[in-house]
Amino acid sequence: MTEYALILISTVLVNNIVLVKFLGLCPFMGVSRKLETATGMALATTFVLTLSAICSYLVNEFLLIPLDLEYLQTISFILVIAVVVQFTEMVVHKTSPVLYQVLGIFLPLITTNCAVLGVALLNVQQQHGFLQSAVYGFGAAVGFSLVLVLFAAMRERIAVADVPEAFRGPAIALITAGLMSMAFMGFAGLVKG
Amino acid sequence: MLSALLALGILGVLFGLLLGYAAIRYKVEGDPLVDKIDAILPQTQCGQCGYPGCRPYAEAIARDEADINRCPPGGETVIIALADLLGRDPKPLDETCGEEKPKMVAYIHEELCIGCTLCIQACPVDAILGAAKQMHTIIESECTGCELCVAPCPVDCIEMVPVKQGLDSWKWPAPPPPPYERPAADDDPAAEPAGAH
Repeated sequence: MTEYALILISTVLVNNIVLVKFLGLCPFMGVSRKLETATGMALATTFVLTLSAICSYLVNEFLLIPLDLEYLQTISFILVIAVVVQFTEMVVHKTSPVLYQVLGIFLPLITTNCAVLGVALLNVQQQHGFLQSAVYGFGAAVGFSLVLVLFAAMRERIAVADVPEAFRGPAIALITAGLMSMAFMGFAGLVKG
Repeated sequence: MLSALLALGILGVLFGLLLGYAAIRYKVEGDPLVDKIDAILPQTQCGQCGYPGCRPYAEAIARDEADINRCPPGGETVIIALADLLGRDPKPLDETCGEEKPKMVAYIHEELCIGCTLCIQACPVDAILGAAKQMHTIIESECTGCELCVAPCPVDCIEMVPVKQGLDSWKWPAPPPPPYERPAADDDPAAEPAGAH
């Protein structure tokens, strides 16, 4: 149990997928201008990331490793992720049209989110088991959501702040992201190892 | 080599079957035509067509239950646009629904208003500002001119006034509706609404 709790805390705070590993920066910068869309994106990513971490573990463990095909990991994980996203989109569209509307264009775009592929590959690299992979995927997703929502809230405030001319727009956003990243470095002492 | 091809091939076929099954199992009974019709309608939500709002009217047209000439606020423009979209012949506006008028907004004579909130409840677009026993007023930019607030007013203090086209009220003609909403409209060209890579 402690092990899973540690994985969770480690992925959410210490090894945050965005601010420490620098994965998934595109949606982090692109979808963070409004809190509402950021929340939608966070929800969708959480779901897909967890599910695809589980699925790619299964594919790796029961298909690629027995057949000695580890070199196909990247391409088969991309396949798995694309299918999971497409499947999620269909199910959400059917079961919850409102959520589908909120997520909108962001749902299919998760296919190319590098955080999703990154987590699948990191799971293999760190030789996680089934539950560990699931928790790792979920933790990474929660970390991504946390940072995305925080950043969106900050950018909403920066939008009305009096920013010096030269720093307006993406410049101040990148500086903010850098400061956030430095702040998250403070968590490094939280878990040892 | 062969096993790699086979493994990926089988994986692809399996996933294809899964998605194919999901496409049938989770098929959405949405009619894209309704959205197109709804986009043409003026969204006054006035109910003059006999349906509770523009969306229900659009659904009725798509189901072939309602004629295309029942929208007085839209007038001839909307009838022609609908006729174009549906491949029917345009016909004159149905007199039983109302007549085409210039664009109006409601105006509350504030010295007469008793603050009963009845018009607020009637307004389909929340364009009336006020509270119980407080004077009400119309948010002119929100008002669609549907006249639904005129009848409930117990002291008849709401009047419909035509919108004069002046420097303040002139607008560019509406562009076609965008396929989806962009996250925000500020001056940030680097951040596309993409969540990719």
